[in-house]
Amino acid sequence: MKAGFWQRLDLWARRLGPFLSALLLLLLGTIPLRLPYLGSITPDFAIMAVFFWAVHRPSSMPAPAVFLLGVISDVLGGTPFGVGVLVMLIAYWVTRSQRRLLIGQPFLVVWWGFGMVSAGALILTWLIVCLLAVQLVNPTPAVFAFFLGLALYPIVTQLFTGAQRLVDGRT
Amino acid sequence: MARNPRNVMRIASPVRAWTQRFTYVLLVGGAFALMMLGKTDAVLVERLRTHVTDALAPIMAAISQPVDAVERAVENAKHLIELRSQNAELVAERDALLQWQAVARKLEAENSQLRAMLGMVPDPQTTFVTAHVVGNSAGVFVREVLIAAGARDGILKGQAALTGDGLAGRITEVGDRSARVLLLTDINSRIPVLLESARHRAILAGDNSNEPRLLYLPPGAEPMPGDRIVTSGDGGVFPAGLPIGVIGTVEEGVVTVLPFVDWDRVEYLRIVNYELAGVIAADKPDGDTGGGDAR
Repeated sequence: MKAGFWQRLDLWARRLGPFLSALLLLLLGTIPLRLPYLGSITPDFAIMAVFFWAVHRPSSMPAPAVFLLGVISDVLGGTPFGVGVLVMLIAYWVTRSQRRLLIGQPFLVVWWGFGMVSAGALILTWLIVCLLAVQLVNPTPAVFAFFLGLALYPIVTQLFTGAQRLVDGRT
Repeated sequence: MARNPRNVMRIASPVRAWTQRFTYVLLVGGAFALMMLGKTDAVLVERLRTHVTDALAPIMAAISQPVDAVERAVENAKHLIELRSQNAELVAERDALLQWQAVARKLEAENSQLRAMLGMVPDPQTTFVTAHVVGNSAGVFVREVLIAAGARDGILKGQAALTGDGLAGRITEVGDRSARVLLLTDINSRIPVLLESARHRAILAGDNSNEPRLLYLPPGAEPMPGDRIVTSGDGGVFPAGLPIGVIGTVEEGVVTVLPFVDWDRVEYLRIVNYELAGVIAADKPDGDTGGGDAR
């Protein structure tokens, strides 16, 4: 009975690991860093998590999980409700459909893929935010956030790969 | 599964693909529904947001502790290096300020005497609540911060949030132990202001850049770069005369303002409790008289 409980816990940890790691990253992203010039710019960690898991382990990041992440990111980030959800779902779908081009490729190719997906996501978000606000929103912070996210992606990848090993460790 | 995997796969995989596609379409529809909900029922979304942030605020406060500690250590080291020059500067500044204090005391006494002679109604008392900033919203499309104080600390919707330098924004959502502050640079922020020397009224509108604009300046007003901007107190929610910033540029009718607040280091915010706010909130049940969209 005891072994059964631990096994079940283990299984749940494996299933939820990717989602929880994405959630943790999302929370970390909201901490005010107060770095000079970076004070008001935070990269979109949620899109990194969605991209990584969609490429490397889509089974552990199903579409409903992406939806939930999007809702939480919208709530925390204060973007107009539903926008993050939609953009994340689209980014997830694009990544999954292009997964064959990215899987097993050198890291640079995956990185480039992330650049394309995150750029598309930011442009789409910007467009929707502009439409909802009915005015031209200043796009400069988005451009900065894009490059910051691109620069941080390798580090985040390391974290997620670690999480993946931890989860896969005992299969 | 093990008996005849190929057969099962032949049936199962199209079914699975179909289910996946169906789920996906359903979820995208859900996203659109959420967007509609956000546009039509702002109150419900606001309540949801408040509940979630309220639940997460302690976690965020805990995570931001080490970040703050490191920052403080760096700041301390920097101060130690500059100690000598800073000290000399401060002594000189203190001497100048002592003179100003004398002037201010004299003026205050004179002012109160004149007010008493006129029989003027005294301004409502203001009190402050100081709160730690624990969350910084995305920043790309929204300028908001989250503070670790809420309704139980006496925070009300619409109150002004200040740093030591000047006005930073206003409270838009209040939870039990957390609240959201819409910074005055946000695209939804509208604050009634006054050109301090010329006494012209205007509206300060954010545009997600660090330099908000002045709208609805009266015709004939000639704002000059360097003019001070303060809150006008119109609407009764903000006290009048809170410092905001100075005029940066005036080009082709577009007047930008450089706020005094250093956006890179907003660590604590002072929330102003202006007693008049209670009087006005009683007339307007939503209490959102500070201008701008209720979000």
